[in-house]
Order: sequence, then structure tokens, then C-alpha cells
Amino acid sequence: MAVRTLAETSVGETLGPVRVPVARETLVAYADASGDQNPIHQDESFARSVGLPDVIAHGMWTLGAAGSVVEEWAGDGGRVVEFGTRFTKPVVVPRSGGQVEVTGTVKALDEQTRRATVELTATSGGDRVLGRCTAVVQLD
Amino acid sequence: MAVNADLAGRTYPPSGPYAVDAPSLAAFAAAVGSQDPVHTDREAAHAAGYRDVIAPPTFAVTIAQQCDRQLLEDPQAGIDYSRVVHGEQRFVHHRPITAGDEVLGTLSVDSIREAGGHAMVTTRTELATTAGEPLCTSTSTIVVRGGE
Repeated sequence: MAVRTLAETSVGETLGPVRVPVARETLVAYADASGDQNPIHQDESFARSVGLPDVIAHGMWTLGAAGSVVEEWAGDGGRVVEFGTRFTKPVVVPRSGGQVEVTGTVKALDEQTRRATVELTATSGGDRVLGRCTAVVQLD
Repeated sequence: MAVNADLAGRTYPPSGPYAVDAPSLAAFAAAVGSQDPVHTDREAAHAAGYRDVIAPPTFAVTIAQQCDRQLLEDPQAGIDYSRVVHGEQRFVHHRPITAGDEVLGTLSVDSIREAGGHAMVTTRTELATTAGEPLCTSTSTIVVRGGE
């Protein structure tokens, strides 16, 4: 992958939409990789017992999936120097699987530091699942 | 039980070291759907200028959450973990976490406030190598839901 340059980036430029599928197996893999084994992310009957509509994705899985979209745009995952969000709604993952759609817009470019600020939107089932999700990318 | 607001401003002793290895980074990258070879292929990581494979942007949370246990398990804090929801998360990377790093995490409680019957607890974990090189500042807000 080639690292994105300042010259090829402009304010208002958009990323995506990228549609990321999420299966129950995805959440088991994320639980194992992250150490977060909360059963609301794996066990349908447990999730329902605590008032959730179904199994929900880890918020950090959702942010991680959005991060993968930014990495692809940046051309090198190590160039994502700042990244954060508010978790506004859960991503519901029925047995048949779910989906998150990620889009982004370049909001600012700093020519001195060669950094781009990207605002991301992630939606699932019509809900915005991440709020104020922004990434700062170090360009070449 | 209300969260003990007196803990705001406290910094806990460093926890770790946590060893970062290539298989853990590859498993994390696969789980979040990353296709970037800098997480899995040492040659690609070298070509991009890194010592070894590097972590995806959100991997630091796996270490920060281990450090957070000091607060969650602090009997003085009064936090019921079954009532905790992740509200907000932010990372500032100082350099990518890299396979072979031995990471120490220093947890501070930045603020504790009440909002709508819930407690909002903001913590900051400074991750650095055992040699003192800064890696990542991870800031997290958890919401401890109040009783019904």
C-alpha cells in the first residue's frame, strides 16, 4: 500500500461508503483477540436477559472496524496517529449477521504538520452507532 | 452504590509489563477486518519503516483495559462492573505499538461526575515501553448506570 500524500488529499474529500459485515463468529474472534469476553457480545439468551434486543457488537470492535477503513485510506495503519469516538448506539448482530457502513470526510488539513483530520460516520440498521468519531492521519 | 468521587485525580502505580507479540497483533487485526500487511507481514512492516509488525490503531485498548482493572477492582471506588457501559474512547499515538514491545501502563482518574443518575468516569492510561518511550495516551469514559 502507498502512503497517502498531502498533495493528493483535499478538504471535503470523502471515504467510502465501506460496508463491513459482522457475524457472531467475528465477535468471538474479537473477544478472543481483545480479552473482552462479556457474554452480551456472544450469548443471545444472556443479552436478552439484560434487556438487549439481541447479541450486540463490542463498541471497540465497531471502532476497530472503522479504524481499518481509515488505515486503508491512509495507506499505512501506523499513520493513524489519533483516533476516538463516542459510542452512541449498539450494533445489533442477529444470528444471520449484521452490517456496519462506514463513511468519512476530510474536515481539515494542516500543511505544517501534514496531518489530515477525518470525520467518520458509522451506521447500522439505520442508527448512527459512533458519534464524533474522528481520526488524525499523518500524511507523506 | 454511587461511585466514590474522591478518586478523581488519583494516579495508580504502573501495571505490567505487558508483552506485545506478533500473533496477538495479527489476531487483533483479523478480528477488526484490517487488510494492512504492516500488522501481519514483517517484510511489509520493515518496508514501511517499522522495526517489526505494528498494532492496529485501537489495539492499545487491550492493554489499557487491563490497567483499568486497578480502578474497577478498587474496593474504594464502588464500581459495579455489571453496570458499566463504554461511553467514549480516544487514542493519541506517540509511536505505533510494535511486536517485541514491553509495555507499562499508568492509570489516572481524570474525572468522576454524575449525569442523569449515572456516574461518568474518565480515565487516562499512559502506555510506554519499560525503557520509558511513550507509546499511546488512551482516554476512556465509562458510564456506571445508576440503580433502577
